[in-house]
Amino acid sequence: MFLALRELRSARGRFTLMAAVIALLSLLVVILSGLTAGLAAQSVGALDRLPSYRVALSAAPGQDGFATSTVTTRDVDDLARTPGVLEADAWGVTTDRIDEDAVAVLGAEPGSALAPHTLAPETLVADRSLGLEVGESVPIGGSTLRVAATVDGDLLNHLPAVWVPLDVWQSLPGSGGKDATAVALATDDTFDPAEAPDGLEILTRTDARAAVGSYAAENGSLTLIRGLLLAVSALVVGAFFTVWTIQRTADLAVLKAIGARTTYLLRDALAQAAIVLVVGAGTGALVGAAAGLAVSSKVPFVVDASTTLGPLLLLVVLGLAGAAAALRRVVNVDPLTALGGSR
Amino acid sequence: MTRLILDDVTLTYPDGDRTLVALDRVSLAVRAGEVRAVTGASGSGKSSLLAVAGLLQRPDSGVVRLDGDELTGRSRREDAEVRRNRIGFVFQQANLLGSLTALEQLQLAARVAGNRRQVTDERCRDLLAAVGLERETARRPHQLSGGQRQRVAIARALVNDPALLLVDEPTSALDSARSREVVRLLARLTHEQQVATVLVTHDLDTLDLVDSRTELADGRVVAAVTPR
Repeated sequence: MFLALRELRSARGRFTLMAAVIALLSLLVVILSGLTAGLAAQSVGALDRLPSYRVALSAAPGQDGFATSTVTTRDVDDLARTPGVLEADAWGVTTDRIDEDAVAVLGAEPGSALAPHTLAPETLVADRSLGLEVGESVPIGGSTLRVAATVDGDLLNHLPAVWVPLDVWQSLPGSGGKDATAVALATDDTFDPAEAPDGLEILTRTDARAAVGSYAAENGSLTLIRGLLLAVSALVVGAFFTVWTIQRTADLAVLKAIGARTTYLLRDALAQAAIVLVVGAGTGALVGAAAGLAVSSKVPFVVDASTTLGPLLLLVVLGLAGAAAALRRVVNVDPLTALGGSR
Repeated sequence: MTRLILDDVTLTYPDGDRTLVALDRVSLAVRAGEVRAVTGASGSGKSSLLAVAGLLQRPDSGVVRLDGDELTGRSRREDAEVRRNRIGFVFQQANLLGSLTALEQLQLAARVAGNRRQVTDERCRDLLAAVGLERETARRPHQLSGGQRQRVAIARALVNDPALLLVDEPTSALDSARSREVVRLLARLTHEQQVATVLVTHDLDTLDLVDSRTELADGRVVAAVTPR
């Protein structure tokens, strides 16, 4: 890195500008990642908290699959008898209101693996953001339920969720007279989704996210924007190092003429690119994480390794790929050009 | 002791439908401690001779020997290794790296050759002192005069203790006083360090400072003055 460091020092204006561009791209990617994760938590937080690994829906997964899916008690029983299924629990999903607040109402049999362990008949378990107190009586549909517990992060479709006994859920207008919306499955390694009863789609918990309407719409758009930003980053870094390498062609010819190995020159140039990328992307990620922490109480924003270090590493790796493509020129520089008028 | 031998070397280039003969059965020998000037008009083959002697270009036929080792017919990797360890280059415009100080130019040449440990900072400073630049070690090329840049280039070429020094028109951008200074320095260091130096030049005013001369015309040796 002898030459790399000295060139960074000598052309610090150019490299600072490049690092600043990378920092801005990194800031954007980190903010988008944090926002995507924050919105995802609001869309599918309740789904991610399920103890079960798989979910059975009556319809193929797509936009708002949970809104259209209907399962019967017979489906639940059939699934329970399928080899490899340890437990099959009917799961109701709909929306309703508590006072004036719209809520996602999730129905489960008290005592099942699916239901919160604090859920008992004639009680509900509510997301803490609703502001309900334990012991408080809450009218919902035609019933009045006592708040058994409050929990954090139980959200679905951007609505705070309340867990109610399945029979209460079935009496809600939003349930549309269904037995349930889906079946939550606990399975072992021998379970084969192909052996599930006809008309049911078996999804992993992660794949089931796509069946939640708000998640599919938001995540798709934001992931596309993030992907484009990462691609732009690689192209920008590649373009910068292409121009930089062209500017250094005479120096590279001299170095090759005096015997420098191509691998030495490539290693040095890649180290230079790595320094610019790590400093630029690291600065952007730090600023992005700090900004995210500052607004996370007002905006759905998640600051963790997957939204900061993950994008940072991806940016550095893609940037290095862009730089590596540009550095092909290093291989092709002819040392003979170091001699003036060699012909 | 004869260090460099070019024996019956021919080099051609394709030139449209024709073939251009850059070097036509050229033979040359340079002893340790000898500065041999290679002169001739533009296009006479001076730089081609330097390129072949410096293993930057492979001749069509003929042999290049350095300290008795035949260097023709080796791989590019082996050629680069010889250039790293046994040949020093001084280029026409000094060709120093703009981002490095005078001292760092030498340090980089040592690192490139894998001689980072053997070539100490002290040796680099001594070499810069030997070319009269002990006070300019921290200056970059744009802070040096043309003559000083060439002197740094000479010190850089000698840093790995080469057997052969190949010098390409070092005085082309200098006035006559500076030109004589640079060639006198080359001659002194060549004698002191017992390298064989090939000096390609069109500057006839400095020829009294060299030991021998080969004149080329159209790729052929047309005159040779043997060492004094």
